[in-house]
Order: sequence, then C-alpha cells, then structure tokens
Amino acid sequence: MFNYLEYIRESNFPHIWCAGCGDGIILKALIRAIDKLGMSRDESVMVSGIGCSSRTPGYMDINTLHTTHGRALPFATGVKLANPDLKVIVITGDGDATAIGGNHFIHAARRNIDLTVLLYNNYIYGMTGGQCSPMTPVGSKASTAQHGNLEPSFNTSGLAIAAGASFVARTDVYHVQQCEKFISKALQKKGFSLVEIMTPCPTAYGRRNKMANPVTMMEWLKDNMVPVAKYDKMTDQEREGKVSAGILCDIDKAEFTAEYDKLIKKVRTE
Amino acid sequence: MKKVIMGNHAVSYGVRASEAKVISAYPITPQTHVVELLSEMCANGEIDAKFIKVESEHSAMAACVGASAAGVRTFTATSSQGLLLMHEMLHWAVGARLPIVLANINRAVGPPWSIWTDQNDSLSQRDVGWLQLYVESNQETQDTIPQAFKIAEELQMPVMVVMDAFFLSHTYEIVDLIEAEKVREFLPPYQPEIKMDVNDPHSFGNLAGPDMYMELRYMIQEAMEKGIDVIKRVDKEFEKVFGRGYGVVEAYRCDDAETILVTSGTVASTTRAVIDEMRDEGISIGALKIRVFRPFPFEDVFEILSKAKKVAVIDRNISFGGHGIFYQEIKSALYGRTGIPILGYIAGLGGRDITPSVIREIADKALSDKNPERYINWIGVKR
Repeated sequence: MFNYLEYIRESNFPHIWCAGCGDGIILKALIRAIDKLGMSRDESVMVSGIGCSSRTPGYMDINTLHTTHGRALPFATGVKLANPDLKVIVITGDGDATAIGGNHFIHAARRNIDLTVLLYNNYIYGMTGGQCSPMTPVGSKASTAQHGNLEPSFNTSGLAIAAGASFVARTDVYHVQQCEKFISKALQKKGFSLVEIMTPCPTAYGRRNKMANPVTMMEWLKDNMVPVAKYDKMTDQEREGKVSAGILCDIDKAEFTAEYDKLIKKVRTE
Repeated sequence: MKKVIMGNHAVSYGVRASEAKVISAYPITPQTHVVELLSEMCANGEIDAKFIKVESEHSAMAACVGASAAGVRTFTATSSQGLLLMHEMLHWAVGARLPIVLANINRAVGPPWSIWTDQNDSLSQRDVGWLQLYVESNQETQDTIPQAFKIAEELQMPVMVVMDAFFLSHTYEIVDLIEAEKVREFLPPYQPEIKMDVNDPHSFGNLAGPDMYMELRYMIQEAMEKGIDVIKRVDKEFEKVFGRGYGVVEAYRCDDAETILVTSGTVASTTRAVIDEMRDEGISIGALKIRVFRPFPFEDVFEILSKAKKVAVIDRNISFGGHGIFYQEIKSALYGRTGIPILGYIAGLGGRDITPSVIREIADKALSDKNPERYINWIGVKR
C-alpha cells in the first residue's frame, strides 16, 4: 500500500476538514502525482491563500508558505522569480482565487508564469460557514443567499484560458484517477497551469442545497461531470446543470521566467 | 425583550434597530455571524436594507463609501486582515466625511496565523481618522451601534465599534434587545446635508491643491475635538430612552485609589473582580476602563488618574519599538501635569487568556515596582 504518511506533516493532524469533504482526496492525489514523478521535495514549494483548500500545504511535508486571503499567486510569483528552478504549486479555492484574489488570478495567467495551480471549487466559502462565493451557482442557497443566489458565477477555467494560461483542466474528486492524471500533467507543464477540481462541501453547501449526505454530493459529481468532448456536442438545454471535465487547454507558449532570463541575457550581450 | 445572544448577533440587532439601509461585507472569522444574521434579516424583511456581497473587504468599504455618499445609513463588519485590507478605504471614508459605522472584531494579525483576539488590528488604524469605541459586554455592544450612528451622523465622521474576538464575539449573554420603533426616539432618520443627488449635483473626491487640502484636514481634527462632548451627550440621550449609559471612560473604585489599573475591552470586566478581591484585602486600588480611544478622552483620563499615586496600563497590543498603545495615550494625557509613575504591561496577545490571576500578577508587580523607568513589562512570556 502506498505510504502517504511519508509526505504528511503528522504534527499538524488532526486536519480541519469535515466528514465528507473532498479536500483530502485531492491531497492524496497530489501526493501520488508528486511521488510518481519523483519530484524533489527540497526543490518544491507549496503556496496557499486562505480557506479550507489552503490548509493543504500545512499537512504536507514539503516547503510550504501559507499566505493571506487571495494572495497566494503574488507570493508564488515572488518565490518563482527569486528562484526559477523551484517547482511552485499553488493551492487555492473558489473564493480565494476568483473573489479576493481574482485580479492576481488573471494576471498570473496572463504572464504565463510557470506555476501549477490547483483550484478547489466547492461552490462556497466553507471555512467561514457557507457564504456565497463567485462560483456559487445561480439559484443555490448560501448563508448570504437565503432565497437563492442571484449572481452569475465565473467559468473559472474559461477565464484562465482567456487570460493566457497554457494548461487548463477541470476534474473532480469522484473521478479520482483523472484528478491525479491532470495534476501530474499540470506539474509537468512549463507555464501557468490550472487544474480546477470540483470538490464537495456537504457541511456548508450540501446541507443548504438538498445534498447534506456526502454520498449524494459524490453522486452529483458522478452524474454531472461530463467529458468535454461530449459536453461540446450537447445543446444548451442538455448542458443545464452539467459541468464539463477534461483538458480544456494545452498549448506551448513563451513562459514568463524563461523570457525574463532571455531578456537579461540579451540586454547584457548587446 | 431579553434574549440570550452571542456578541456578534448583538451587533446585528443593533444595526437592525438603527435601520441601516445598505450593508456590505466579506466573510472573515470571527466576524461572519454579524453579517450572516444581517443578510438573513434583509432576506426575510426584518430590516429594509440592501445586502451587497462583494469580493473583498476593500470592496466592502468601497461599496459603503458609495452607499453613504448616496445618502443612506451604511454598515459593515470585519476583523483583523480584513480591516487591514480596508485601510485605504478607511482613509477615504474619513476624507469624504461619511458617517459609516463599522464593527471590528479584534483579532490578532498574521503571520503566524491566529484567529484569536488582540487589539493590534484596530489600533494600527489609529491615525486614519475613524472614531473608535471599545466595548466589553454584549449589551454594551448592541447599545453602542445606534450610538455610533448618531455620533457619526452628527460629526459627519465614520465610527468603529470594536470588540474582542471569541471572549465577546462568540460568547452568549443576556441582552435587552432594542427595537427600531424606540430607537427612532433617539436616532432620527439620516438626512445628510450633502449627498449624490441628480437635482443638486456636487463633485465628490475631487482634487484639492495645497491651498485647500490642509483646511479640510483641519476640519477633520475639529470634528474629532468636538467628538468627546458629542459622545457624552449622545450617551446621555441614549440613557434617557433606554436607561443604560456607558460614558467615555469608566472609573471603578478609583476615588480614593492609590494605584489604578487601566484596561479596555473584556479585560475591564475581569479587572473589576480583581479590584474587589484586592479591596477586600485592604489594598487601595481601582480600575479605569477606556471606552473611547479616538478621539482620546485626555481630560477625563487626567481627572481620574491624576489623583492616584501610581498607574498601571494593561495593553493587549504593542507598538513595536515603542510601547503598549494605550500606555502611550495615557502617558500623553498625563505628560507635564503630574509626576506619577506610569507602568506598562503587555499581556494576552494572540488570544492568550488574561485571567484574574494574570491581572493580579500585574497589580502585584505594579504595587511593588520601584522602577518607573521600565515602560514595558511582558506578562507570561516564555523565554
């Protein structure tokens, strides 16, 4: 059996995640991906912001930086620029990345800086008890949307693609092998790579939206995550309530830290 | 009606009774209950207000600035990192002379991350120009919200109501709830002299050259200087309607006290119990609670402390490289007018308990301390 504990900072256990939370599944998928790639933990850094997702690095025996709400990406940008040889993994959530850190998210993607971003999308601010996030679907209930959310949500993956990311994939914790595969691909990509991972929050989201049972939320993922090739052929009506999963963007393009080095060399030789 | 509620909800009930029209906030522990209940009140029609969900605290205060400039009563709540993120907009609210009320739940600032209480978040906003009132019970919390609106609207200045994380925010106490109908006798509807109005257009936030800027800053200070009298009068008016008043400072067994402990927030309640215990032992000691920090009640503080032989200030905060922050204010209030020793004690940072025995330790140290040159004494630090 795979020994996860080798990668875990047991001193920080017990973890804070609720029963039925999917964040631990992502943690394990990430550990397996790192292990299979034979990545050097001494040369890897995990950076996170605030929220349930952002507790992940605290549990990992690796270089970790737990930063302020929304700012994981600028901190990570600093780490990467200071030492471009480091592998930098950013852990963030839907509130962290698309609300308070929304500006940083689009600018990191625009620069196409070599960061691997795992965005845990649970549709809600879980840690503070279930307020509406920019990813809460229209009509869903939250503690700050008693009669259903009015505001349209972001297509976060689409936003990253439009801003300039070189690798974007969407997956979920039910399809755990796909989740691990996409994390692995993102880790190997040179450039801004995003894996948006749908993960259940039965405590703060499910309970308000008729999915209080964690199994129900897992079944929701099983039934509603649709392979992107199939999703693309569906009508708008068929797409209602469905989420596309798969690699949404995988292109090779100029990466920021490499271009920065090139420019320095060029200026110095001129 | 009396109800057992948490400190955070005491804020929400205070806002409901004050009939705020726009509330904008972003979630943060340990504040979130304040705005969750307000959001619920907006949703079920208990309060006729609009709740704006925003993408950060910076945006929350910006939305409040907009709403207040449009002429309505406006509220937000936050804590720690959230308040710090608002910093730019806090300045803006003052410069624009907008009577926004904000509840800040005192929480320590990271790193390292802490969700527990200390006062460095609000006290690091000392110089932005917000009035700051520190409360110690759920009842006082609720009652201070309509007071804050009245003070704010009269001075055209924003007011921050500040309370301890968890010791107050999450602690349940009996609160005599106030209702909007009765609060109206005390707090009239907000009618700003100047607001954004298509029929009477004004320019807001425009450029002020060196010939004008300083005068506008002078007017802010002028409003602050009037503040203490306004706060006292508003408190009296509140007392007339509701039978409860809190003052700008509260002296406890200070009249004949040789030594006075100065505190704020929930520590004030614990200190009173220690004072009683020490009085029973025949020790001449009293306590002074500072409720209003900005504007600082220099005269009230001087009047009480100048009769003592020794003053000990308990600060749940620190100005690094300087002293405890309340300590500095106390020293400033007494400077040049009395030679009594003023001792400073730093305790309870990051939510460490300030128990009666901690306060007793401070009091005993203060009584025996013969060296008034020691301005900072750290209590309970593991070295």
